[in-house]
Amino acid sequence: MALPGAAGGAAVREVAGRGCVLRGDDIDTDRIIPARFLRAITFDGLGEHAFRDDREAAKGDHPLDAERFAGARILVVGQNFGCGSSREHAPQALLRRGFAAFVGGSFAEIFASNCTALGLPCAQLAAPELARLMDSLELDPAQELVLDLAAQTLASRLGVLPVQLSEGARRQLLDGSWNATAVLLEAGAAIEATAARLPYLSDFPSDSANDPRA
Amino acid sequence: MAPQSPSPAAPGARDPLHKDPRDPLDRGARNLLDKIWDLHTVRELPGGQTQLFIGLHLIHEVTTPQAFAELRELGLPVRFPGRTFATIDHIIPTDGRERPFADAQAEAMMAALERNLAGTGITFFDWKSGRQGIVHVIGPELGLSQPGMTIACGDSHTSSHGAFGAVAFGIGTSQVRDVLATQCITIARPKVRRIEIQGKLASGVYAKDVTLHVIRALGVKGGVGFAYEYAGPVIDAMGMEERLTVCNMSIEGGARCGYVNPDDITLEYLRGRPYAPQGEAFHRAAAFWRGVASGPGARYDDRVELDGARIAPTLTWGTHPGQSLGVDERLPRIAELPDAERTGAAEAFAYMGLTPGAPVEGTPIDVAFIGSCTNARISDLREAARVARQGHVAPGVRALVVPGSQLVAAQAQAEGLPEIFRAAGFDWRDAGCSMCLAMNPDKLRGRELCASSSNRNFKGRQGSPTGRTLLMSPAMVAAAAIRGRVTDVRELV
Repeated sequence: MALPGAAGGAAVREVAGRGCVLRGDDIDTDRIIPARFLRAITFDGLGEHAFRDDREAAKGDHPLDAERFAGARILVVGQNFGCGSSREHAPQALLRRGFAAFVGGSFAEIFASNCTALGLPCAQLAAPELARLMDSLELDPAQELVLDLAAQTLASRLGVLPVQLSEGARRQLLDGSWNATAVLLEAGAAIEATAARLPYLSDFPSDSANDPRA
Repeated sequence: MAPQSPSPAAPGARDPLHKDPRDPLDRGARNLLDKIWDLHTVRELPGGQTQLFIGLHLIHEVTTPQAFAELRELGLPVRFPGRTFATIDHIIPTDGRERPFADAQAEAMMAALERNLAGTGITFFDWKSGRQGIVHVIGPELGLSQPGMTIACGDSHTSSHGAFGAVAFGIGTSQVRDVLATQCITIARPKVRRIEIQGKLASGVYAKDVTLHVIRALGVKGGVGFAYEYAGPVIDAMGMEERLTVCNMSIEGGARCGYVNPDDITLEYLRGRPYAPQGEAFHRAAAFWRGVASGPGARYDDRVELDGARIAPTLTWGTHPGQSLGVDERLPRIAELPDAERTGAAEAFAYMGLTPGAPVEGTPIDVAFIGSCTNARISDLREAARVARQGHVAPGVRALVVPGSQLVAAQAQAEGLPEIFRAAGFDWRDAGCSMCLAMNPDKLRGRELCASSSNRNFKGRQGSPTGRTLLMSPAMVAAAAIRGRVTDVRELV
């Protein structure tokens, strides 16, 4: 399976597809991917373990297992989604489960930053519109959503709603620079020049030179 | 008195902090975050982001294997191998370390880390070095974490290192790759909220209670977009280990980083540490370190004041760290909570099996865990031992103490702490993350309720999908262990 995160560089201007409603605030990354599934040296196979414990507790009655949301590409979530651990396994698991974007009330910072690094937009929607969107998707899960990053809008049966993305992430997604390594490398010798003006690297190096045991 | 003239702006390499164009004389208008950010800015990127140089990169076995694999795919070397330091903490067993590990997945991760480090020049603190431990315990104790640095690690509790007056934050695996390849990341400058904690803490009230209190007051997402600057008499009076506990849990309040301005306590802590500058270099370093502190006229995006004297021993009752209360309080009734919190609280009560309106004190526990990057330093173990020596672990309670590092364990040994804990019926283990997140064999079973000195009470966090966690200070955990129920530690100290 070719993953958007692997090669990088492709501009993400729009994500279109059906939505999956996952209600609840403060859904943490331990719930998104329990720590026991981090005991591996690749991200392969994480998709099947996304929300594993929540899904087992729900005995099949979980939005990620619901027939009506099958094939959804946009996960619609509440406030502070992805709080907790910095594990990139969380967006990796959701990406591998088929999600290409998140729309929610708000997102935890490291989760959102990890999503950007994988080319996955996190769009914020104001609380009243979010509640209406969730209701609308549950009544009509077949409707198509279109998240437009340039216009910062989400189209649905409710019409075209304004959404917000952090400006830095939006620019990285729109110009295809979300896989940041290449952009960072462009700075070239400016990186070494920055290092050279840091007192702790030049004036009083705090490396193992100080360590009699090293 | 000689006429005073403004000191020259003195730009240049020797005065790297005097370079704010908004305030060329640097009359103290910049806060610590701005000073460090400006110093480490390689260049501004479109969309308000910064290419930020990372002065210290700490790595461990869980969030790095994919980063090294991508680095190899890209054909890139590690750009600044002298600025990355590795250890093993998350998956390591705490009761016997013979290789290969009995746990094949743990063995594969350990072997992958060794393979990835081979030939890179990155220093690896494995347990043969005597310096292995939780990454946020060893960075400080080895003197690697210093004021004025940018510090990153693929772990959200990297905020801990802000205790030194550093800008320290967790990153994901893609950003670990970026740091290995370029020693930089792409990141937006956060706003800064100054949190002043006034007054004085009562006896039996610890740094853990302060951080839980802050999160209770400001919420688990109150810090999103902010760095927290902790200040005021309560913070000033804290030792470095306590400040590490407070900064550690910034992320639980939504703030990716938290920090304390460096002062005499910071400098004294660093003196003589293996990776701290020595001799004359220490004096040069000290001048720089003091200079990064927020100026007297520093600007903030927000300010909050809390009264330290009003903080009680605090513990969580729910499934996120903001659902907490003083040990002498009753659990909330759903109807008393703000509308936005009711659904989450009802769900948390159902999961926890606790009764709204009931006193939290006296809640029976099954497991007591003293450990984690939040609270497994020597001062934590001393306080817990002070309580543990007053009794014996209650019948039916499983109790374990996991020191934060091999050096912490050695110091504890020198002070006779393992004997105190063992005599009181606690299991004394080797250093690692252990039951904080149960990536090793230390796990809750079934619906066990654990009094824990760790940082997260999320559903399933401690290794059982139905396991339950009450976060509290190490002394409170020890008290709960010997009474078999949630206990006000003020009765015992």
